Amino acid sequence: MDTGLDFTTIQTILESNAEKVEKLIESYISKKEQLISLLQDVQAEFNYIPQDVIIRISQRLEIPLSQVFSVATFFQAFSLKPRGRHTITVCLGTACHIKGGQRLVDKLGRDYDLKPGETTEDMRFSLETANCLGCCALGPVVVIDGKYESKVTPDKLDKILKKYE
Amino acid sequence: MVEQVRKLLDKRLKTPEELEKLRQSIISDKDTSRILISVCGGTGCRASGAEAVVDAFAEEIERLELQAKIEFKETGCHGFCERGPVVLIGPKKIFYQHVQPEDVPEIVAETVLQGKPIQRLLYTDPATNEEITYETDVPFYKRQTRLILGANGEIDPTDIEQYIAAGGYSALSKALFHMTPEKIISEVTDSGLRGRGGGGFPTGRKWQSCLKAKGDIKYVLCNADEGDPGAYQDRSILEGNPHSVIEGMIIGAYAIGSNNGYIYVRNEYPLAVERTIIALEQAMDYGFLGENILGSGFNFTITINKGGGAFVCGESSALIASLEGKIGEPKAKYTHMSEKGLWDKPSLLNNVKTWANVPLIVNKGTDWYSKIGTKGSKGTMIFSLVGKINNSGLVEVPMGITLREMIYDIGGGIPGGKKFKAVQTGGPSGGCIPEEYLDTPVDFDELTKLGSMMGSGGMIVMDEDNCMVDVARYFIEFLKGESCGKCVPCREGLAKMSEILNRISHGQGKPEDIEVMTDLGEILNNGALCALGRSAANPVLSTIKYFKDEYLAHINDKKCPAGVCRELIEYSIDPDKCTGCGACVRACSTNAISGEKKEPHVINQGMCIKCGACYDTCKFDAVIKG
Ligand SMILES: Cc1cc2nc3c(=O)[nH]c(=O)nc-3n(C[C@H](O)[C@H](O)[C@H](O)COP(=O)(O)O)c2cc1C
Ligand code: FES
Repeated sequence: MDTGLDFTTIQTILESNAEKVEKLIESYISKKEQLISLLQDVQAEFNYIPQDVIIRISQRLEIPLSQVFSVATFFQAFSLKPRGRHTITVCLGTACHIKGGQRLVDKLGRDYDLKPGETTEDMRFSLETANCLGCCALGPVVVIDGKYESKVTPDKLDKILKKYE
Repeated sequence: MVEQVRKLLDKRLKTPEELEKLRQSIISDKDTSRILISVCGGTGCRASGAEAVVDAFAEEIERLELQAKIEFKETGCHGFCERGPVVLIGPKKIFYQHVQPEDVPEIVAETVLQGKPIQRLLYTDPATNEEITYETDVPFYKRQTRLILGANGEIDPTDIEQYIAAGGYSALSKALFHMTPEKIISEVTDSGLRGRGGGGFPTGRKWQSCLKAKGDIKYVLCNADEGDPGAYQDRSILEGNPHSVIEGMIIGAYAIGSNNGYIYVRNEYPLAVERTIIALEQAMDYGFLGENILGSGFNFTITINKGGGAFVCGESSALIASLEGKIGEPKAKYTHMSEKGLWDKPSLLNNVKTWANVPLIVNKGTDWYSKIGTKGSKGTMIFSLVGKINNSGLVEVPMGITLREMIYDIGGGIPGGKKFKAVQTGGPSGGCIPEEYLDTPVDFDELTKLGSMMGSGGMIVMDEDNCMVDVARYFIEFLKGESCGKCVPCREGLAKMSEILNRISHGQGKPEDIEVMTDLGEILNNGALCALGRSAANPVLSTIKYFKDEYLAHINDKKCPAGVCRELIEYSIDPDKCTGCGACVRACSTNAISGEKKEPHVINQGMCIKCGACYDTCKFDAVIKG
């Protein structure tokens, strides 16, 4: 798996967080059925789901590795690769599509060499797409690190991204 | 004093009388002479900067020490998202749009303290060019019947006492103490309420089978997955009035005999999750959840569960799999979930809007409710009226209003003088309805007759610049991505359709394509495992039915009449209109445009990637698409 980070960096991130991970998993010990929530917490903590953590969850909660893995890959909310410092989510829901949402994705591919599900080489941005961000009256909608931007044009996107280093 | 101490130690209300007493004391403690300012704090208005406006009001009120004169609150979504941030002032509700923090001191000084409206912040009716002062006169609101959404603009969703003051939890109290479970269910049945999550299944009938199902453990579930792209009314209700949903669920739980409930919310809705959690905690503190609710002996708790972001998880069996911590794959329904649902126990699943209707029906009665709407579809429906439309946002209307009234009277028509082409309803499984059917009354059955459906209320308006082949391709791509892959017709059928549609939009369509897709559509309709697959062909079938000409133009003439399908269009520059300003040269990322300063420019077709940046940039309409 190409994670864009070298192996020792990942090791250090995980080791320094080992306790946190254990604690988090611990809090779900009797709540196996809340696997999705646990993975959401892990994702929130690391911005992605490290492979080691998947294995650890499987061992501690006694859920087959295949099941943890299938859940982690099934849902859009989870990423198995480390993400960049800023996550850009472009809405490709119907309302945003007919107002040109795809052109924003095209632009990021063209000018930032950034494709959906990927991260720029300098780890500045990761790009995700969404099926609808629930702001359909203001499309095309883009969310950057949780901040909503409305009626975004390719030009405006450039200006917005300048604010994120 | 004793009362206050008791309140501090334990707010749990122990009898219906205590609830009424609390309601009266909240109402009588309220200083009605204060002028109300309410700022919309829904996600839409926040995207346009509402949080800064809220802060500015709070600061200004403090700076001028006006706390005694002004009541200020941040509410849920008012619906007119496109005009946000939206602010309402005073008892007559002066309506301000696009409010910025800089406007705040002036609003306080002029409007709040002196009652003078500020012209520049008023809404101008595009039809008459008239400025409109009050919310109730704005055409967008005037034609609506906001039974469910109305409270959104009036209460602070993080304060349960405001919900109580507005009559909240009185339906619960009535149900627990004055109605038997059977009576509640017969009321819901007689009201004619049908599920608002898409299927339109009669709600009372579903409750009845859950009541009859055997087992001591039963679950009540709320579907807040809202996967239909282009629809956001469930989000808006949970953000703006979460207690209405919670109250509905408790009544449902009491009716069928359940002690545990779940709300399944999509992960993309952080604010809805946050406000629902606050509401659940407050409902627990006040004794509407937990043990011995209002002293009735009935126990009920609700857990909130965040979805992982998959469209199919809105489907009932997939939702249950996901609640159980598994991947969201639907199952064939040999047994009904009213007998075997979550953890194989009888389960009652309803949509957010369906739950929010319940307290209304219990409070106001079946006679009142069933007078609203059409013969087969009762009550109101909330639509998200979006896309190419002037007044874009959430609208709540009685069932039976026509599409034309929705689009032209409420929506204010199509922007920029463009021509209406179609309205897409029902989400990815719905269809596109052309102009000739605009006078159709909107209800569950009429939309189905047109080859579309109600779905969860998305209504996406398209104009002449939207290509119907592209729209069909978009939905099929979407559904292909969201298909869980378990059954062959859906997995393979959608892959094949997507391949064909992509070919057509690339100018490589074949004459037989239309027939092949129609056949595939039938196979999907009949052979797929779940409703996702069974309705997946609707976007294709409905566009073929109503917009065949557009398909033929792509297939036979290799042309995209709307100018959307990139492979079939070319950009060029009209030398008569080009002023040689050079704006397009700067916008072009492939250096495909050249020309002398102040002289007409040209596009090198070999280098053009057809991104349309020049077209958007040109202020002189000199770039031609065709
Ligand atoms: C693919 C698919 C997606 C669905 N998505 C949703 C959804 O997002 N929200 C919803 O309430 N119902 C959704 N439904 C309908 C549910 O299966 C179910 O019928 C509904 O939640 C029942 O509640 P109601 O009777 O109140 O409508 C979906 C159905 C299918 C087949
Ligand atoms: S379609 Fe983009 S926010 Fe809903």
